[in-house]
Amino acid sequence: MPRPHYIAAIDQGTTSSRCIVFDEGGHIISVAQREHRQIFPRPGWVEHDAGEIWQCVRGVLAEAVSGAGIDNGQIAALGITNQRETTVLWERDTGRPVCPAVVWQDTRTDALTRSLADREPLFRERAGLPLHTYFSGPKIRWLLDEHDLRERAERGEVLFGTMDSWLLWNLTGRHITDVTNASRTMLMNIHTLEWDDELLAALGVPRAMLPEIRPSAEVYGRTQDGVPVASALGDQQAALFGQTCFSPGEVKSTYGSGSFLLMNTGHEPVVSKHGLLTTVGYQIGAGPATYALEGAIAVTGSLVQWLRDNLGLISSAAEIETLARTVDDNGGCYFVPAFSGLFAPHWRSDARGVIAGLTGFVTKGHIARAVLEATAWQTREVVDAMNADSGLDLTTLRADGGMTADNLLMQTLADVLAVPVIRPMVSETTALGAAYAAGLATGYWPDLDSLRANWHKAAEWRPAIDEQVREREYRNWKKAVARTLDWVEQEECA
Amino acid sequence: MGETIQSVERAAAILRLLASGPRQLGVAELARALGLPKGTLHGILRTLVRVGFVEQDQETGKYRLGATLLHLGSSYLDVNELRARSINWADALAGRSRESAWIGTLHEGHVLVIHHVFRPDNSMQTLQVGTYLPTHASALGKVLLAYDPYDEPPAGPLEPYTKNTLADPAALERELDLVRSRGWAAEMEELTEGEVAIAAPIKDPRGLVVGAIGIRGAVERLAPGGELHMEYVSYVRDAARAITRDLAR
Repeated sequence: MPRPHYIAAIDQGTTSSRCIVFDEGGHIISVAQREHRQIFPRPGWVEHDAGEIWQCVRGVLAEAVSGAGIDNGQIAALGITNQRETTVLWERDTGRPVCPAVVWQDTRTDALTRSLADREPLFRERAGLPLHTYFSGPKIRWLLDEHDLRERAERGEVLFGTMDSWLLWNLTGRHITDVTNASRTMLMNIHTLEWDDELLAALGVPRAMLPEIRPSAEVYGRTQDGVPVASALGDQQAALFGQTCFSPGEVKSTYGSGSFLLMNTGHEPVVSKHGLLTTVGYQIGAGPATYALEGAIAVTGSLVQWLRDNLGLISSAAEIETLARTVDDNGGCYFVPAFSGLFAPHWRSDARGVIAGLTGFVTKGHIARAVLEATAWQTREVVDAMNADSGLDLTTLRADGGMTADNLLMQTLADVLAVPVIRPMVSETTALGAAYAAGLATGYWPDLDSLRANWHKAAEWRPAIDEQVREREYRNWKKAVARTLDWVEQEECA
Repeated sequence: MGETIQSVERAAAILRLLASGPRQLGVAELARALGLPKGTLHGILRTLVRVGFVEQDQETGKYRLGATLLHLGSSYLDVNELRARSINWADALAGRSRESAWIGTLHEGHVLVIHHVFRPDNSMQTLQVGTYLPTHASALGKVLLAYDPYDEPPAGPLEPYTKNTLADPAALERELDLVRSRGWAAEMEELTEGEVAIAAPIKDPRGLVVGAIGIRGAVERLAPGGELHMEYVSYVRDAARAITRDLAR
């Protein structure tokens, strides 16, 4: 008979907030979800209302607990995982946001980041990150300048936080962040795991507004209902933890709107020479931090949505597989979805999307194939970079996320990577990772081995194409990628 | 060809006429074109309006094709969509039952396996998506036959796979009656010696059965002593109901 206790995890994502209640076996007991508004005030700008998000989180927490038919007393701990880099500024006295939250996809800091180009080596070496609009530091700087908040920030009256901080502030009253989220700000020294004065000076961010950096798993405090709040991790790091990638060399890949491969690199940060990010994977209590190399791909699942919403070729995302199976191959056509430039391993903001190799023979079925293959080849590029940086060869890919329901994509991934692709039994690995960390911090689960015992293979796809075909297709893909570069000219970027 | 029903033929002629051009048509125009009395037409049109195949313009009183008819051709559920909507519940079913989980749909008299979750014991297993099972000798197949809106017969003669296979059409009919009355199907070593399976129907928002979900495993685990553990039946029925509920959203 299992203990009558459960772990709840809040997954505060880009488009919605969810709360999932898990049992000791890691099985889902109940799910609650609420969407929040995406605010697009100008092209390239994306904002959230942090107040609205907090209301959604409160709502889903209550719903998930009551939906499981239990009460708060039966929740052993609450974990948090969140969209990363999104930047919230609020007033210490009132707890009210002082401006809209700037979302990770927002590119308003493009000119600002380019003006800092001579400091790029500093950011790469200290923060482990390339200089890019994606991260929080430039977003804070922009908000301080444009909303005239610098003096109040210097006095500690206006506080900064990523979504984990904002939720922890509201749940426990403390101004803290977890080390994985802090590693996405460009302000934290990746070696010491502390705020770095030179990075702060380079971006002009006052120290007084920053939260205290804490481990990913410890009891931070209690909710009003007395539930211990015991973990916080960025969403991709949580997925790494949920897939139980606890040993150096283990890799997970999450397929959502974008795709993110993370490899556990152990207790030393590995600085990438091949376009990957150095990031903190997790830190459990007083133990040492575990680092990860990350390959971030901006557009994968969102390309399927684009085919549905902008071209109307399919009426639901899942139908891409049906359409792609109307033909046997890509008919010679390749689709590189560099919609907002290329992320890993290229980091080229001047690139734009290309469909290459078009002839009169190509049908919508071929284009659907090319769309699925784009996700697979982008994964291949990141895996090649990871193998080169780590000196290890990937032997299997653990894939999770919504797109793993697409069998043709999973088979294509196995074909282009030339390794087996495995789907774990719980595809909600993000929330599961936050639950695992919170459960470890409170003794609900005794150790990492007990979590590993919960991991099960739900499906496996093995490579089924010839090496010759694979190499020819990869060459063609690379030619198509080359055709996306140098499209946007410098003055257009501004 | 047996006898045909005249009013259905007339209804079809009306629909064909309304579909032949962009213009709305009045009763008088329809009556002239089809050579039918207005009274006869009124009755058929009223019926067609009620089922949504035809709409009447509020201002002109003329008729055009209805929205229901336009959606008729595209309302079937894509099997890949069904898999995407079922995946969390199939995982939970495999997790709770500790057995492999399966989803199938009817395809030319066979069960097409559209989703397969491995038994969670990390043993060597091969993905069976895209393979076929016989309808009369599988739990998924019995559910799909019992609720098939088109009453499609099993493909070919009822091949006996084991001594338990229902190879007699009359015995199979009785079994399908039982499936309909219980709302789930069992298969007791009818396909492979030593293996049993349980399945329940997945319904679309109109109540039509669009697939079946179930588990399959060793007889000594699922039915020790030859009697199915009802706990497993409730896991399967819970999963089927959860997916049906999700499809209705």
